[in-house]
Amino acid sequence: MNLRALIIGCGRVGSSIALQLQQEGWDVTVVDENEDALSRLGERWPGTFIVGHGMDTDLLRDAGIEEADAVVVATDGDNTNIIIGQVAQKRFDVRCVVVRVLDPARAKFYAERGLDTVCPTSVSIDRLMEAARSCAIPAPAAAEAD
Amino acid sequence: MYVIVAGGGKIGANVTRSLLRLGNEVTLIEQRRERFEQLEDEFEHQVQRGDATELYVLERAGIARPPDVVLALTGDDEDNMIIGQLAREKYGVPKVIARVNDPRNQAHFDLLGISPTICATSSVMALVEHEVPEHDLIHLLELRRENLEIVEVQIDGESPSAGRSVETLALPEGSRLISVMRGGRAEIAVGSTVLEAGDQVLAILEPGKEDELRRVLLRR
Repeated sequence: MNLRALIIGCGRVGSSIALQLQQEGWDVTVVDENEDALSRLGERWPGTFIVGHGMDTDLLRDAGIEEADAVVVATDGDNTNIIIGQVAQKRFDVRCVVVRVLDPARAKFYAERGLDTVCPTSVSIDRLMEAARSCAIPAPAAAEAD
Repeated sequence: MYVIVAGGGKIGANVTRSLLRLGNEVTLIEQRRERFEQLEDEFEHQVQRGDATELYVLERAGIARPPDVVLALTGDDEDNMIIGQLAREKYGVPKVIARVNDPRNQAHFDLLGISPTICATSSVMALVEHEVPEHDLIHLLELRRENLEIVEVQIDGESPSAGRSVETLALPEGSRLISVMRGGRAEIAVGSTVLEAGDQVLAILEPGKEDELRRVLLRR
């Protein structure tokens, strides 16, 4: 039996995750408030797409959250994501819940409380810092040549 | 008392004004620029601009002191839940009161332990239920911490329970009849109490058992 994923929020991030998991053989259900978001999933999306809000408990049930192996929450609102993530974890006992949180401070606080948060801002900061440092510190050989 | 009020809409602004009048120290947080400028005319340095779900905004408002009370009164339920969790769990604020905008989100507030909450829609509906006699089952009181509620049921001539004693009724598990109000007098409901048309019966039950109770007492 295939693994089942529920993706809340079908923006750039949510839609890419949905497409990749689907290609890897998962059964994928996507929820977004805006029905136009379906177009991000390409012409022939074989999975399920439901129009509605992830805060709606009945909708989450209809979307199969009780049978989901993984829930990915990636709407454009940090606070909405954090609440939906906690609902998936605490009300529906989903074992694997991943939540996108842009604000590093909130991402850290909720990560400490057992929510698996991914903070693209922190990831960017780390990568950019690495890149900036590698420019600022010249390689020893080049420094000697000066 | 020191109070942080998150959200400077009608409720937040009026609550801030009332708290200040009673001699409390208050910091009001409002995100929208135009609204903030209006509020600044009245509250001056007692209002700060920012997103009250950002930790640095809360800290600038003095949440680390911590305040005696935080009121999460924004127009966004997710924000109010986050403010409540941060205040209580990160900063140890002893009391948080949160506004519920959409009553369908009440369950989320309960799940996250954010209590007490206040919901204008639910309050209006409770009053309507109480005023409109067609409602055969009225919610009188929710005991959220105990996970119980008290309801009033109106028995009429059609009700299958009329003429029967309490002990012969197959009441749903997790429910009990408390009292029977008849002709302006209330008496405690015991096993031998016989229900009659016109009785107003108080019952205590676990939330979600209303339909079963209604079926047993009223068959509808």
